[in-house]
Amino acid sequence: MIPAAFDYVRAGSAAEAISLIGEHGDEAKFLAGGHSLLPLMKLRLAAPSVLVDIGRVSDLSYIRDAGDHIAIGALTRHMDVENSAVLKEHAPLLAHAASHVGDPQVRHRGTIGGSIAHADSASDLPATTLALGATYVAQGPNGTREIAATDFYHGFLQSALAADEMLTEIRVPKMQGAGWSFQKFNRRAQDWAIVGVAAWRRNGDSGVALVNMGSTPILATSVASALAGGASVSEAAQLAAAEAEPQNDLNASQEYRVHLAKVLVRRALEEASK
Amino acid sequence: MTVTDDRPASVLGTRLLRREDPALLTGEAKYANDLNIPGALHLAVLRSPYAHAKILSVDVSAAAELPGVVAAYSGADLAGLWASPMPSAWAVTTDMKNPAHYPLASTKACYVGDGVACVLATSETIARDALELIDVQYEPLPAVVDLEDALSDRVVIHDELGTNSSYTWDLKIEGTEGQVAQAFADAAYTVSERFIQQRLIPMAMEPRAIVAVPQPFGGDMTLYSSTQIPHILKVMTALTLGIPEHQMRVVAPAVGGGFGSKLDVYAEELLCVALARKHKVPVRWNEERGENAVATIHGRGQIQYVELAADATGKLTAVRVRIVADMGGYQQLITAGIPILGAFLYAGVYDIPHAYDFSCTGVYTTLTPTDAYRGAGRPEATYAIERAMDVLADQMGIDPMDLRKRNFIAKEQFPYTAFTGLVYDSGDYLKAAELAAEMADYTGIRAKQTTQNVPGATKRIGIGQASYFEMCGLAPSRVLASLNYSAGGWESATVRVLPTNKVQVVSGTAPHGQGHETAWSMIVADRLGISPDDVDVLHSDTAIAPLGLDTYGSRSLPVGGVAIAMACDKVIDKAKKIAAHQLEANEDDLDFAGGSFTVKGSPDRTMPLAAIAFEAFTAHNLPDGLEPNLEAQVTYDPPNFSWPFGTHICTVEVDTETGNVEVLQYVAVDDCGNQVNPLIVEGQVHGGVVQGLAQALYEEAVYDTDGNLKNASLAEYLVPAASDVPNITLGHTITPSPTNPLGVKGIGEAGTIGAAPAVMNAVIDALSGLGVTDMPMPASPHNVWKAIQAAQGASK
Repeated sequence: MIPAAFDYVRAGSAAEAISLIGEHGDEAKFLAGGHSLLPLMKLRLAAPSVLVDIGRVSDLSYIRDAGDHIAIGALTRHMDVENSAVLKEHAPLLAHAASHVGDPQVRHRGTIGGSIAHADSASDLPATTLALGATYVAQGPNGTREIAATDFYHGFLQSALAADEMLTEIRVPKMQGAGWSFQKFNRRAQDWAIVGVAAWRRNGDSGVALVNMGSTPILATSVASALAGGASVSEAAQLAAAEAEPQNDLNASQEYRVHLAKVLVRRALEEASK
Repeated sequence: MTVTDDRPASVLGTRLLRREDPALLTGEAKYANDLNIPGALHLAVLRSPYAHAKILSVDVSAAAELPGVVAAYSGADLAGLWASPMPSAWAVTTDMKNPAHYPLASTKACYVGDGVACVLATSETIARDALELIDVQYEPLPAVVDLEDALSDRVVIHDELGTNSSYTWDLKIEGTEGQVAQAFADAAYTVSERFIQQRLIPMAMEPRAIVAVPQPFGGDMTLYSSTQIPHILKVMTALTLGIPEHQMRVVAPAVGGGFGSKLDVYAEELLCVALARKHKVPVRWNEERGENAVATIHGRGQIQYVELAADATGKLTAVRVRIVADMGGYQQLITAGIPILGAFLYAGVYDIPHAYDFSCTGVYTTLTPTDAYRGAGRPEATYAIERAMDVLADQMGIDPMDLRKRNFIAKEQFPYTAFTGLVYDSGDYLKAAELAAEMADYTGIRAKQTTQNVPGATKRIGIGQASYFEMCGLAPSRVLASLNYSAGGWESATVRVLPTNKVQVVSGTAPHGQGHETAWSMIVADRLGISPDDVDVLHSDTAIAPLGLDTYGSRSLPVGGVAIAMACDKVIDKAKKIAAHQLEANEDDLDFAGGSFTVKGSPDRTMPLAAIAFEAFTAHNLPDGLEPNLEAQVTYDPPNFSWPFGTHICTVEVDTETGNVEVLQYVAVDDCGNQVNPLIVEGQVHGGVVQGLAQALYEEAVYDTDGNLKNASLAEYLVPAASDVPNITLGHTITPSPTNPLGVKGIGEAGTIGAAPAVMNAVIDALSGLGVTDMPMPASPHNVWKAIQAAQGASK
């Protein structure tokens, strides 16, 4: 539980952070809340030679109503996402999902940007923002660009972010009164989901994404298409795992995960349809 | 006329807050790793990545050259330091096969985590970095993970033994030959079950930590260790390293939990002491969490074949048990004896004739060694009989509570001499079961089941019980002798009244979370009529408390606490002589109450203990021949074990679609005789229940076929947290033990013993309408789902 030796620099702004990362090259990593990166370092599964601490870049901690969407600064802590009145009104699914991340200690330190940039398919917020059709904003040496959540997740812990890019904002479309549900199935409250489902439904539209059903968060497009085509919730839920590539692990076999996904998608859609 | 007694009521039996807690809760308590020892070198141990491998060569030269590294050693380099192999204190049979086990392996590694080399460096970080520079060449051999595969000797782990079977221990009951077979032949009902006690990782909150400090003068050695057994460790370290015992001192500072895992003599303790002697500097070692999962002992690990015979009314007529016990790669301190501690309890709380057949075979595997884990042998036995009783009730079509009532040993039968010859000193099993049933609304939940558990229901209710007893309070020394255990079971106490009437108690128990300082001060306060605040409790340092046999097996109160009460009585006897002398009265005419001696019938002729203590100290006016000072020592060897009992009832709701088990209610009724401090009793039961519930629902050390532990972290080894545990409703009956003057029984392990079978009986009960009759622990959602799938597949 002792990480390999590393250097530490603290950035005062996003621009400074990007310049520091550029300076130190591939061996540097951003440190935000530290709740994904530090455990990997302590197990020596990650050994960056430089940590660029962006934890004090305070102007990236905000939640703003931006008209058709809510803009969330990447360094906003889970606890603030969970308790945001703006999100509770316009994106209650995201606020609720944030309340299920880890335990209270984790939610007070971990950040939404850190969780999304880490791109862990077992984390709650990547799948939730994917279901909501979010857009992420990345800043690099040559300015900023927008990346759709659907284009962001490339593989296990792999994202569209370049090595010298930093995630700065998450833009979540307003849910406009859509019904929603977040189903997190795990054995202990603090654990990652064995399978999780984030879903919303409004008239003929819906969005369903799966947690921990593959190497990336999975957008269950077959479910949404089936619903749009008039299928019942139960019928659509049978397609829950059509896009998934679930793995075997200590908590679940592939077969059990597929089964759970169908049950949980059905329950989620039933709740979202109320 | 109304007489008012304004003396304070005794503190005994009150919910006094634990005096230990402020330091623990504020971080002031000092654990071994908190000790600031200038100049200490840090030890790090290189561990085998293979479950089973020949060690072809070890090259430590590159590690030794790393700046900050003082020395690096292979197992062979240190072979000359050991006067004998690591201690194994329990040869359960005279022909038990036990391989020589040294702190570092030199020719063969026998589990993942087996130490093969070590480094001493000026910092922990350097020491651990240096491990990566040690080059060990291994020749991997096949792992032996499965117990029945181990028994087959397909791969023999210790060549010199010629077999993986270490021993077979049979419980022989004279004059009963043929009775068991006859009972099974005559039985109206028989049950035959195979249960698995999965391996569990004790996961004390504080991993182990050690500092060995050679004293600057005299060649003495002080070993600070996170241990439950400073006294046993002192003797064993001295013997293993050839150090004269009087030059060895062991101190257990604040210890963050043990659950049996620190009831051991570990390689790292011996390495720290040996290297501190060799290098003449302090040497320290601090265990990492992942290291703790493989290098500290595991618990349980048994296959149990259990058979019951019963007559047409469900009355048990015979019990037959075969156990295969997983000892791991080597034996640790009492590995072989753990299943034997349960051997006498497989008939549970039931009145059975002399028809009992028990046999246990201990077998080596290429996994982490097993040893004592909370309950040690007794949870396994209780699980087997209590699960089998539910199977029998199901077969007979009667309520499992009714079946138990037909079989309980009746209150009138105590003291009850069992078929084993053991005497159960006291009990009222029916009363505890009825109280638990009432608290749990047993009949109401049964009624609810009939409406809720209908065909097609996806949320099914189950209710399960376990009526347990256990033998604890280890232990009468002569009984231990009959089991070939190589130590006694007594405990020592000194009570010393200082000149100002403050009291020091020196106890041979070694608390690691239990609250002994609070409880012992209450016993003394009650006995001597003083405030518990005036009592200081000294323990866990062999220089201060040289005599003792430490803390395990729910022994501290019924053995150590009783010794303290008896030492108080000895102090009172001596004080009475002084009081009689000074009051010019006959000893027989003195009453002792409220901390004062008073001449019967003359309330003004009185002398408080405070005055007597000072008189004893000045020695100006003592009876002829009486030694000065007021102090007494008692070594108490208990005449019997202690026999706590109770009934736990668990209610669950199982989601048959996901396999999730939700505990709706948990009722525990425990009887530990008189309670010194109910707050501490409740804490012990809460913790015990959670640990048993964890075995039933959460925990299992999972190995792959190559012998790699797959869940060596707390993210993957699922110790339940507070948010995952139900409220536990506690009830008590009080049946004082007649064998000790406090009337107390041990309570440290009872919760764990009752919980696993109660929870599993509830889970199986919920699913019985779906054809599920058993499933392996833990009843994880995946295991529950698989059991439902299998049952439904079978019924199609």
